[in-house]
Amino acid sequence: MTTIEALRTGEPAQQTGPPTPRLTWRQKLSQWDFRFSPYLYFLPFFLAFLLVGVYPMAYSGYLSFFSWPRYGADHGPGVGFANYAHVLTDPVFHKAFWNTIGIFLLSSVPQVLIATVIAGMLDTPLRGRTWWRMSVLLPFVVAPAATALIFGSLFADKSGLVNEIIRAVGLPGVSWHSDRFASWTAIATMVNYRWTGYNTLIILAAMQAVPRQLYEAAALDGASRVRQFLHVTLPSIRPTMFFVIVTATIGGMQIFTEPRLFDTNLQFQGGANYQYQTLTMYVFNTSNSGTDPYPRAAAATWLIVLLIIGIALLQFLVTRHLQRRAER
Amino acid sequence: MSRRPGFLVYGLLSAFVVGSAFPLYWSFVIGSVTKERAIQSPPPLYPGGHFLDNARRVFDQIDFWAALGNSVVISSVSAASVVFFSTLAGYSLAKLRFRGANLAMAFVVATLAVPTQLAFVPLLKEFSNLGLAGTRTAVVLPFLVTAFGVFFMRQYLVDAIPDELIEAARIDGCTQLRTFWTVAVPAARPAMAILALFTFMHTWTEFMWPLLILQGSDVQTLQTALDQLKIAPAGGIADIALLQAGTLLATIPLLLLFIATGRQLVAGIMQGAVKG
Repeated sequence: MTTIEALRTGEPAQQTGPPTPRLTWRQKLSQWDFRFSPYLYFLPFFLAFLLVGVYPMAYSGYLSFFSWPRYGADHGPGVGFANYAHVLTDPVFHKAFWNTIGIFLLSSVPQVLIATVIAGMLDTPLRGRTWWRMSVLLPFVVAPAATALIFGSLFADKSGLVNEIIRAVGLPGVSWHSDRFASWTAIATMVNYRWTGYNTLIILAAMQAVPRQLYEAAALDGASRVRQFLHVTLPSIRPTMFFVIVTATIGGMQIFTEPRLFDTNLQFQGGANYQYQTLTMYVFNTSNSGTDPYPRAAAATWLIVLLIIGIALLQFLVTRHLQRRAER
Repeated sequence: MSRRPGFLVYGLLSAFVVGSAFPLYWSFVIGSVTKERAIQSPPPLYPGGHFLDNARRVFDQIDFWAALGNSVVISSVSAASVVFFSTLAGYSLAKLRFRGANLAMAFVVATLAVPTQLAFVPLLKEFSNLGLAGTRTAVVLPFLVTAFGVFFMRQYLVDAIPDELIEAARIDGCTQLRTFWTVAVPAARPAMAILALFTFMHTWTEFMWPLLILQGSDVQTLQTALDQLKIAPAGGIADIALLQAGTLLATIPLLLLFIATGRQLVAGIMQGAVKG
């Protein structure tokens, strides 16, 4: 960057005649342009993000320590941790917590496994490679709201196709809406439907970056295809797997659309017994409730943020531990 | 892996693709039978001939075209704005040296992990106070910038623009802005297209925020219109034929976009696109 340095100081490369320490107006302008432009380019994004991302989150943190008079336009006196205490002792919140964890596990574990296997299949010299890649991405363009409505009809208790098939085999139909675990499964299926193909492509991209010589070497050593996959492919794509799992967590903790549209009756938010109300739905419903709506919703929001950070941290530590064990 | 894939691989992949397409087929089947037939057992497996009737009833129930228009406007504005802000900020992070650049980058990466959905309730409060609730403006505001967009553009531009090119422009006496316009923007064009596509789809499929901010308003997006379609008539049987016809109608625009730009979408994801 020597040229740049020379330009920045405004020194002419060859001095002829008396030195002129004073810069011309034009040179000054150019200097300022050079120094401040980078900030100006970053600033619009930064300010906009402060306004719609950082500020609301900070404001909700502040709000969570106050009360909110009914029909009030502004918050009431401070109440310390009362809102947090209310949320943490609310049985509905407990239920929402376990529902979210359950749906998250049912929607991320099978999803990552299937995506990895499908990606492994796509990482072969297939005929019509682009076509296959596009095909697995098809569900991604079906909006979550549409996905939820379609699967809600497939999983309908009485006339849904899934129960028809189950009954045709001679088993009793499953109460997809009233049984807690069954409703989790149905909702997790919607999430899996939309995201498996997307994650397949991300994992595939990582697989394509694995040097082919590694496979050749493994093949020479007599490793089977399956062993190559386990001992060459998987260790090479570990960072990407971690990334996929963390994004699945951040998304999974915020599942809202699928359970909200799962029930044909909107009177119940997340089932008659809240059996599939998620944490984000809890926040949504709390913000519409009678007492202290915003502060309680804000407290619940921050509890979810802490939960997400905690889980992501745990995943990071587990991954690091596995990495160390593998290196030994 | 170098060996040619066998019959098993093609079979399993085909099964996966059929599974991906089936829900859409099912939606069409249910959307094309009468509302009585839709809930009879055994369920229909082939399309009836009533799709247009059901579609007409959808148009009677909700203002489909207005909702579609709103979705198009909101998603386009969001895509244009995200691309604009991200290209500027991404270029500055990738190619310009300034004090605090590392801090700015750290800020972007940190905010990537912030679950934006959770800012919605306080935003609702903020916007209600400003009298924006129930407007298109309020729907689009939170989607005008994304940390992901900046991150994506920065990653792309780091390798896409050689430093020598920027220096050369500088030596030729280009102002920073002109350098940006003549060097960075042409180089960034492919990434801009992908980012625009992604943002458009992301905003299009957004459900929770429009639902919150448009509660009880006449303005609806396509997704919230579906929510209204869902509310079963009191005492009547759930009209799933109507609902599925509406769902399919709402899905068609993105399906068309997918058919037109599927290749770019795949390329974009494989270039390291991230959720959210």
